[in-house]
Amino acid sequence: MAITMTDSAAEHVKAHLQQRGKGLGIRVGIKTTGCSGMSYVLEFVDGTNDEDQVFESQGVKIISDPKSLAYIDGTQMDYVKSGLNEGFEFTNPNTKGECGCGESFTV
Amino acid sequence: MALLQISEPGQSPEPHQRKLAVGIDLGTTNSLVASMREAKAQTLPDLAGGHLLPSVVRYLNAEGDSSVEVGQVARDAIFEDPQNTISSVKRLMGRGVSDVKTLGDCLPYEFIQSETEMPYIRTVCGDKSPVEVSSEILKVLAARAQETLGGDLSGAVITVPAYFDEAQRQATKDAAKLAGLHVYRLLNEPTAAAVAYGLDKGAEGIHAIYDLGGGTFDISILRLNKGVFEVLSTGGDSALGGDDFDHAIASWVLEQAGQECVGSNVARQLMEIARGIKEQLTTNDSVDVDISTGCFSWDGVITKDIFHELVDPLIAKTVRACKRALRDAGLSASEIDDVVMVGGSTRVPRVREKIAVFFGATPLCDIDPDKVVAVGASIQADVLAGNKPDDEMVLLDVIPLSLGIETMGGLMEKIIHRNTTIPVTRAQEFTTFKDGQTALAVQVLQGERELVSDCRSLARFELRGIPPMVAGAARIRVTYQVDADGLLSVSAKELTSDVESSVQVKPSYGLSDNEVTRMLKDSFEFAEGDKDARALAEERVEADRQLEALRCALAENGNVLLSDDECKSLHELMAALAIAKQGDDAVVIRKAIDELNSTSEVFAARRMDQSIHKALSGQSIDSLGDEE
Repeated sequence: MAITMTDSAAEHVKAHLQQRGKGLGIRVGIKTTGCSGMSYVLEFVDGTNDEDQVFESQGVKIISDPKSLAYIDGTQMDYVKSGLNEGFEFTNPNTKGECGCGESFTV
Repeated sequence: MALLQISEPGQSPEPHQRKLAVGIDLGTTNSLVASMREAKAQTLPDLAGGHLLPSVVRYLNAEGDSSVEVGQVARDAIFEDPQNTISSVKRLMGRGVSDVKTLGDCLPYEFIQSETEMPYIRTVCGDKSPVEVSSEILKVLAARAQETLGGDLSGAVITVPAYFDEAQRQATKDAAKLAGLHVYRLLNEPTAAAVAYGLDKGAEGIHAIYDLGGGTFDISILRLNKGVFEVLSTGGDSALGGDDFDHAIASWVLEQAGQECVGSNVARQLMEIARGIKEQLTTNDSVDVDISTGCFSWDGVITKDIFHELVDPLIAKTVRACKRALRDAGLSASEIDDVVMVGGSTRVPRVREKIAVFFGATPLCDIDPDKVVAVGASIQADVLAGNKPDDEMVLLDVIPLSLGIETMGGLMEKIIHRNTTIPVTRAQEFTTFKDGQTALAVQVLQGERELVSDCRSLARFELRGIPPMVAGAARIRVTYQVDADGLLSVSAKELTSDVESSVQVKPSYGLSDNEVTRMLKDSFEFAEGDKDARALAEERVEADRQLEALRCALAENGNVLLSDDECKSLHELMAALAIAKQGDDAVVIRKAIDELNSTSEVFAARRMDQSIHKALSGQSIDSLGDEE
């Protein structure tokens, strides 16, 4: 089981953590809402829970919970720029469909 | 695939519910757009990485193909195509043609008077109003934000100077509407700067916002009280800024080089060089200058000391404006809790130094002074869009000048007092002055003075169709409503008949920059005279009312109820009152009213008796008793 990130994603996470001045790493998970079933959660982490799993990729701690992992195991995070818009992109091998805007997905 | 941003713990947005809200600083020289990203308010750059968008619009018409350029491209064309390249349009917002003319003859545009008093600028693409020009700037910023944030904007908070009046605010809102932006609220620029520093989080305090831009200087004194920012006073100089610093350096260089004056091209080049020197002197103690232009060349050294000598008189000018603003607010420099630095020119260390000395406090300048207003606006926009989980702050603003109505005798009756927090609704009841009066003119006024002639008229409308009644019987409720953007709507309703009339205030033209402050100051200076004027006007109205009532009564049954002598003495007193009314002494008029009153008491008593007699005649004592 693992979640990984590309170099550019790791760099941006590190930069954000440094700017924020605190935080152990980032949490990646899912929420069961949205028009197409589920949506991703991407948050800073200040403290972990007992059941959390911690991965390390490119020197960044990625934290997730077992329930989310069932849906996003094997996901790779990338940081992309398209025009003026930039942000994190998830490549999730488990998804079967996405809603039009890509904010939510089904497995 | 939507690109994700990292959120604070527990604050991941629900999909499809995140609202994209922006804050826009629509400036005289430059404009910016900011938004909350990665849990942080930040300004959004364009593709080239520039955050500032020069507030310059150029209209092009190449063989019938009209197009618009906004920003640096347009600014570069100012000298090449001055008539179609419009800069500093903010100065024209909400102004009438006559105001625009007093702004200076230096404007190269061709103005056209329209029916609405709004000035239009003739360009190759047709006549453009300042509102249209502003909307072009807003369109570019909105497009940049949409592309950056990856979606449609749900709304924006746009900042305006604290001294902007209703007309200028309405013009700004119209420009946003034209650009397809939903305006959550207009926010005062100094308030936005204070929000950016989180000063609104404190319980209370008094803050000075020092805003020195490229070509304008504003000082605002704000008081935070229970989460509400009150503008205590504003001041400044609409023709003082960093450009004057550059100009001082350029003149010095010319003097050193022994040159008197140069062509406009060289002058422009010199200004650019001067700006570079100024920026280098922020970190260096001296700068080597080596200039060679078409007509002269010079090399030498400019030191920090020389620079200080050049700009100190300019900084002293801003300090004097600060002093005036403090005096208007009735405060001393030591009572200021925080000083916030806004505007690119506050990067000059000498400015910070002098201001720190004047206020006796280290100025806040951690946030980029060019961006601080936009940042504050975007924080407010995020809250208004409902993106904050806990509904923390809903910032309130206050109205800068009292709003009122004209009453009989040319008096200003205040309905909403200045510094009332907005949004607000206030109603007051008025009545008719004459018997059978069927219409009422409502004159909407703005200002602090007692007499209508000293206040500013915002609008005028009529309530018609009031059923004929005796004077004082009609009940007319006048409601003043100021929305969150400081825009006013006024309605009048006669309560017994439900006839109604209303107006949205869109005044024909605005006040000039310093007029608001002047109006406030006048209200203090002329307080005593205004009080007397009010008393006089009130006595005159009372005299008119008495004379009118008595005239009606005499015409009705004066011959029957009064002897010739009585009638004669009443007429004499009425004539005396009519003469006293012409004079300027409230006390004399009062005396004449009192005399007439006491003499007419007998007449009034007889009229009363007669009407009771009328009511009772033809009825037996028994039937009256039954009713009891």
